[in-house]
Amino acid sequence: MTTVEEHLLPSAEPVCLIDQNGVPHDHPSYRLPTKEALLDGYTQLIRGRRFNDQASALVRQGRLAVYPSSFGQEACQLAATMVLRDSDWLFPTYRDTVSIMSRGVDPIETLTLLRGDWHCGYDPYEHKVAPQATPLATQLPHAVGVAHAARLKGEDTVVMALVGDGGTSEGDFHEALNFAAVFQAPVVFFIQNNEYAISVPLARQSAAPSLAHKGIGYGVPGERADGNDMAGLLAVLGQAVDKARAGEGPQLVEAHTYRVQAHTNADDASRYRQDDEVTPWLDRDPIARLTTYLEQQGWLSSEIRATAEAGAAEVAAQLRDGLMPEPSVDPADLFAHLYASETQQLREQAAFLRDELAREEA
Amino acid sequence: MTHTKISMAQALNQALRDAMTADESVVMFGEDVGALGGVFRITDGLTAEFGEQRCFDTPLAEAGIVGMAVGMAMNGMRPVVEMQFDAFGYPAFEQVVSHVAKMRNRTRGRVQLPMVIRIPYGGGIGGVEHHSDSSESYFAHTPGLTVVTPATVADAYGLLRKAIEFPDPVVFMEPKKLYWAKEEVDLTEAQPEIGKAVVRRDGADATLIAYGPAVPVALEAAEVAAAEGRQLTVVDLRSVAPLDDETVCAAVRRTGRAVVVAEASGFASVSSEIVARVTEKCFHSLAAPVRRVTAFDIPFPPPKLEKYQLPSVDRILDAVDDLQWEDS
Ligand SMILES: Cc1ncc(C[n+]2csc(CCOP(=O)(O)OP(=O)(O)O)c2C)c(N)n1
Ligand SMILES: [Mg+2]
Repeated sequence: MTTVEEHLLPSAEPVCLIDQNGVPHDHPSYRLPTKEALLDGYTQLIRGRRFNDQASALVRQGRLAVYPSSFGQEACQLAATMVLRDSDWLFPTYRDTVSIMSRGVDPIETLTLLRGDWHCGYDPYEHKVAPQATPLATQLPHAVGVAHAARLKGEDTVVMALVGDGGTSEGDFHEALNFAAVFQAPVVFFIQNNEYAISVPLARQSAAPSLAHKGIGYGVPGERADGNDMAGLLAVLGQAVDKARAGEGPQLVEAHTYRVQAHTNADDASRYRQDDEVTPWLDRDPIARLTTYLEQQGWLSSEIRATAEAGAAEVAAQLRDGLMPEPSVDPADLFAHLYASETQQLREQAAFLRDELAREEA
Repeated sequence: MTHTKISMAQALNQALRDAMTADESVVMFGEDVGALGGVFRITDGLTAEFGEQRCFDTPLAEAGIVGMAVGMAMNGMRPVVEMQFDAFGYPAFEQVVSHVAKMRNRTRGRVQLPMVIRIPYGGGIGGVEHHSDSSESYFAHTPGLTVVTPATVADAYGLLRKAIEFPDPVVFMEPKKLYWAKEEVDLTEAQPEIGKAVVRRDGADATLIAYGPAVPVALEAAEVAAAEGRQLTVVDLRSVAPLDDETVCAAVRRTGRAVVVAEASGFASVSSEIVARVTEKCFHSLAAPVRRVTAFDIPFPPPKLEKYQLPSVDRILDAVDDLQWEDS
C-alpha cells in the first residue's frame, strides 16, 4: 500500500551501490553509474584527497589561519558538483573546499578565506559558487532565492545547497525547506551528516529517524545515501537534480558519512570521542572501496591511475607554490567594496589610515 | 587572602563553578559546552562536576538556546547560556531584543528574567570572518538589557558572579583576546558592582575612557604617555549599559580632556554615546572636544588585515596629542 506521503519518505536504508568491500549491489530505484562516471569519480577523489591533505599540511605549517578538513567526506563533496551543469549553482559551507575546487575555482582562491587575506577569494559568478557560509544554514534561504529567481527568469538552473548535520537544527534550514517547497524552487538540499557538530553528536541534534525524514513535514521528498559510496551518491544526487530540474520541486538528500579528523586543526577531538569510534570508518573510506571495485572490473588502467596521480600532484604543487609565500595585502582594500559608491565617512577614514602608514614609514 | 595566578578563562570557569555550587537553580547550556568544555574551555569540567542536568549541550540553534533560557528563567531557574562567538549570537537577536529585554516591562514587573547570555567577542585572535565582531552596541542600544564586559581577570570572576545573581538579564561580553593572559588575583575580594566603572590609573592631564579589550591598550598608552610627561587617568567602564556617568564625568571634570577608546566601530556606538554624555554633562569643564579611538566603520577585516582595525597605543597617543594643548 502506498499513501500520498510515502514518496516523501527516504529509503529504509541509506542507498549503497558499492559497499565498503567494493562489492556492487542492485537497488530497486537507483542504477550503478556508468564506467566513465565512476572513473571520473575516482580521478576526482584522488585529486580531492590530495588537495585536502596538502591544505592540512599547510595549516600545520602556519600557512592557513584555520582548516576544516574534508577527509572522508570527499565523495559527498565531489558527487555534489559532478551531478551539476556549469549553469547550476553550488552553495557551500566552510568545510566544502574540495567541492568548491572541483567546480573549477582556482585552488588558491578557494583557500583565501582560510588563509585570511580576504573573505571570499573567488568571483561567485564565474563558476556559480556562492561565498562559503560560516554562519550555519544561513546560505540555504539564499539558495532558494537563486533557484526561485532562475524559475521566474525561465532558466532551468538547479541549486545544490550544502549543509551539515548540525546546521539542520538552525531555523534557517527549516525556513529554507518550507520556502523551497511552497515555491517549488529547484533546490537540492544536501546534508553531509558526519555525525558531529564540533563535539556534539547527532543524537543531541535531532530525534528524527534520520535527517532525510525532515523533508516530509515540508512536503519535500527526502532520500538518504551512504556518504562514502561515490556510486550511490552519484545516483541519488543525480536523480535529485534531475527531478528538481524537471519541475518536481526541492529535494532533500542526507549522506551518512563521518568526520574522521577533528573539527578543524584547532580542535581536540580526544576530549569528546574515542579513537575506537573512528577506526571502523577508516575501513569505509570512499577511495578504497571505489578502487577495489574498479580494479575488480579491470577498469583501473595504469593510464587512469597516472592521470589521477598527475592531477593530484598538480593541485598539491599549486597549493604549495601559491600558499607558501606570504600573501600581499593592501590596507586600502579595507575601505573598498563596502558600498556601490564610496561615502565621505569612509573616504576620511581611508585618508586617516593612509596618513598613519605614511608617518610610520617616514 | 587567597592569591592565585589564573587566566580570564579560568576565572570565568571558576565563577560558573562557584555560582553553580552556591545556587542549584543556576544551569549552563549552549553549543559544545558539555564534554568539550566550550571552544574556549570556559565551561571545562562543569558537566563532570555538576552533571548533565546542570551543564549541557543543546541542538545547534541560538534562537532556541536563548528562547529556552527565557522559559527556564520564567520558571524559577537562573540559566547561563553561551553564544559560541559574537556573530553566532545573531540568530538569537529576536529573542534577545523582543523577549529577553522586554519581559519585565511587558508584564509590569511580574515576570523577571534572571539570566545571563555569555558572548566571547572582539578581534585580535586572527579569526576568519564572523569570529571577531564587537556586538555590544546592538545590545547596549536595547532598553531592558544590562551589558557588562570585564577587562581584568578579577573582574571577569566578580562581574560574572554578580551577573548571575542579578535580577535582570545580563549580556556578558567576554573579550576573547584577553582570555589567556594570567594575573595574580584574590577571588575572595569584594566583587565589582554592575553599573559601576572603576578608575584604573590616576593622572591629572587627560582621561582615557575604555572598556573590555580596549582597557589594556589604554593602560599601555597611559604608561607611554607618562614616560613622555603626560599623566593620564584611565577609566574602565565595566558596564556599558547602564553607563556610570558619575565616575566618567568626575574623571573628565578633574582632567578637562578625554579620549574614548573602543574596539568596536565608532558610528552609532557605545563610544559615541559616551562622547555625547560627557559633552552634555561636562561641557564647561572641557578644554577640547572629546576624541575617540575606535575601529573603522567597516566589517571586521580578515586576519591579515586586522591589525589596522584595532585601537593601538599610537592611535591613542595621537588622539591625546590632538586635545588642543595649546592655542593654534
Ligand atoms: C550560527 C552559527 N552558530 C555557531 C557556529 C559555530 N560553529 C561552526 S561549525 C559548527 C558545527 C557545525 O556542525 P555541522 O553543521 O554538522 O557541520 P560540520 O562542521 O560537521 O561540517 C559550529 C557550532 C556557526 N558557525 N554559526
Ligand atoms: Mg557535522
